[in-house]
Amino acid sequence: MPDAAPPTAILDAKGVAKRFGAVQALRDASLKVDRGQVVALMGANGAGKSTFVKILTGVLRPDSGHVRIRGRDSSVASPAGARRSGLVPVYQEPSLIPDLSVADNLRLGDTPADPFRHWAGELGLPDLRPDAMIRSLSLASLRIVDLARALAIEPDVLLLDELTAALPTDLVDRVLRVVRAQADAGRAVIYISHRFTEIAAICDRATVLRDGLTVGDLAIEAGIEERIVELMLGGTVAAATTGTRGARSRATDVPRLRVRGLATGTRLSDVSFDLGKGEVLGVVALEGQGQDELFDVLAGNRRANAGTVEVDGRPAVFTDPADAIAAGLTLVPGDRAQALLMSRPVRENIALPLLARPRRWGAIRMRDEAARVTRAIERLQIDTRAQGEVRRLSGGNQQKVTIARWIARGVQTLLLFDPTRGIDIRTKNQIYALVRDLADQGAAVLFYTSELAEVRLACDRAVVIFNGRAVDVIDAKDADEPTLMRAAYGLSEATGVST
Amino acid sequence: MRRLIETNGWTIGLGLLLALLLLATRLIQPDFGTSGLDSLARAALPFALATVGMAVVVIAGGIDLSVAAMMAVASVTGAVLMDGASDGQAVLAVIAVLALGLAMGALNGALIVLTRVTDIVVTLAMLFVWQGVALLVLNAPGGGAAPWLRALVAGGITLPGVPAGLTGWLPRGVVFLTAVTALIWLPVARSKLGLMIYAIGSDASAAFRSGVPVGRTRIAAYAIGGLFAALGGLSVTMGTGIGEPIPGPYLLASVAAVVLGGVVLGGGRGGLLGPILAVFVLRTVRMDLTLLSVDPNVAAIVEGTIMVAVVMFGAVLATRGRGA
Repeated sequence: MPDAAPPTAILDAKGVAKRFGAVQALRDASLKVDRGQVVALMGANGAGKSTFVKILTGVLRPDSGHVRIRGRDSSVASPAGARRSGLVPVYQEPSLIPDLSVADNLRLGDTPADPFRHWAGELGLPDLRPDAMIRSLSLASLRIVDLARALAIEPDVLLLDELTAALPTDLVDRVLRVVRAQADAGRAVIYISHRFTEIAAICDRATVLRDGLTVGDLAIEAGIEERIVELMLGGTVAAATTGTRGARSRATDVPRLRVRGLATGTRLSDVSFDLGKGEVLGVVALEGQGQDELFDVLAGNRRANAGTVEVDGRPAVFTDPADAIAAGLTLVPGDRAQALLMSRPVRENIALPLLARPRRWGAIRMRDEAARVTRAIERLQIDTRAQGEVRRLSGGNQQKVTIARWIARGVQTLLLFDPTRGIDIRTKNQIYALVRDLADQGAAVLFYTSELAEVRLACDRAVVIFNGRAVDVIDAKDADEPTLMRAAYGLSEATGVST
Repeated sequence: MRRLIETNGWTIGLGLLLALLLLATRLIQPDFGTSGLDSLARAALPFALATVGMAVVVIAGGIDLSVAAMMAVASVTGAVLMDGASDGQAVLAVIAVLALGLAMGALNGALIVLTRVTDIVVTLAMLFVWQGVALLVLNAPGGGAAPWLRALVAGGITLPGVPAGLTGWLPRGVVFLTAVTALIWLPVARSKLGLMIYAIGSDASAAFRSGVPVGRTRIAAYAIGGLFAALGGLSVTMGTGIGEPIPGPYLLASVAAVVLGGVVLGGGRGGLLGPILAVFVLRTVRMDLTLLSVDPNVAAIVEGTIMVAVVMFGAVLATRGRGA
């Protein structure tokens, strides 16, 4: 319950709104943090959490509303200004300069060296050399250095964004203890995390954002996870029960793609699944749980540290994207700009994968190619009035081009990474239909989506990844949003992770 | 010590390469000596100053294509102001030219920061602007230079009470270059500004989140680049005694020396000593090829090949070092 205690509120943000072009990222966000408290800031994908964080830390200026720190209006417009008023953030991406030494990074932010050394030791890095280059440190060490640097400034408000995401478990425990001790010493902490166990362990309250609004401010108590999940989903729960798709009879023969114990980097640690011909398998995960790495490995952009991939029963190792493409795996990346030649025409973009086969390095058989490209364009209903460059197309049409290019080639296994992000509903439906068509023709589709509702609309089953591991496989008919959300937050794993 | 060698390996290697090349020169031309070193230093001086200016900007993550044009502006402005002036007035003229250099560089930087147009486009445009300005100031080589200024870079070092044989071989041009570079860069490098210049070149968004005023730092880096360009322009006037409105081939030479000197295009890594040594390496190679009476066109091909070979050799060493 939000209680009115003005003298102790150290950070008070009210009515914060922010619009980017046509997108209203924040409507009315508020957050109050008292001395001695750790407050969790929660929200599903697209709730406006990262925009809110940027406003709190002075990276962005709000369109309206205010942020007060210690009662003073901090109309901060820069990270340096936020720092001066007492708020120090530790971002998901370490804000350390790679080409400077640890000591120089401290000097850059006027961080006193002795307290830094104390905190680095406390957090499990007692042997850190001050002349070590940031570039040479591991990601986990970087996060510790970033946190120790923030603690050394003795900030009034500490903002921690997904701090534990890349840390091994022993470090996580140390970090959580230190963070809790900060609050107990009378400071305030804003804690952003996808992990309910951590929130239950150290947070006093949770503020929940949905659609750019603050929809709840709750005290953390046993069983509060369910309530938070409900708040994060809001009214969308009812809306998503349409279009149920029964689990199709999966092909009992060899799966198109068999993945076992796949691991790479710090994020992806153990993912296994089977993907059959004619199946659309959803991948559900919160941001940064290892799904990017999974798709990179399957597309040959990155090598696995452990685990195996079998294509049609044959073991496959991809050293570069051409290998994956040769094995019939094609990636439609989340970032359209990565896949398309933005300043070339639609037709060329669609034809490129057709032509990029060594056997075809000779003359282009124009008539043949033109026919295939035309078929793909018609199939996708791409609006080609903008005959010129791809970058002139709308986002939805661009996305259709990225898919069309592989259809023209006759796809076997399609890896779609959040293909409908930022696309209007009509185009979304066209893409769902297209994906289903492809599956019906025997293609296997792996479909990562950041919108939970899409699992029912487009997939047969969904594999849920949490913290680098596949924690659950859910049939589409059971995949309502609360179930998926609970699984994505690692709550369904043992139905009682709640402490 | 081991660390020192590891972090400065590239610079040390360039120093050794330069020593080898000078030895080779001695073999090609047995009477190569004090006067040869002196003319080498004088020829290299404008290139070296242009390179230092470029290096500062590149370390900050930018590039300044107008460096040679700014040198021309500085050269003609200095020559016009000093033409027939007294020694005292000449000092003022030098100060004015240096201030002009700072201002030109700062304007380049400010345009990049304020308009958010790419550095290559802005400084390419400014290249034409500064060339026009230089020709407006002086439409043909002319003007003059104070004799004391010319004496700063000509001949060997003579110290009162020290036999000329001990110091006479050291060209004044090299001492001048070292002195001005150290005088300007050391205070910057040891201050927070120096850190911030490396920081914005290394990762501008991380620097921004660390509270670095990215825009102002970028402008400062371009201003320092402009200051060195002005010194380079003055050195042209000092060497020839007149102002040159048409810039020499300093632009591409400075980019080449910056890269050869171990500064990473893209920013954040490298120092100033490496690029300076690289200038002398490139000039010595050219001199040796001339002494060997190699066709100048062939010489150009050889120079380019050496550059590619050295940089690739360095890249191979770097990956080996990481693997070990």
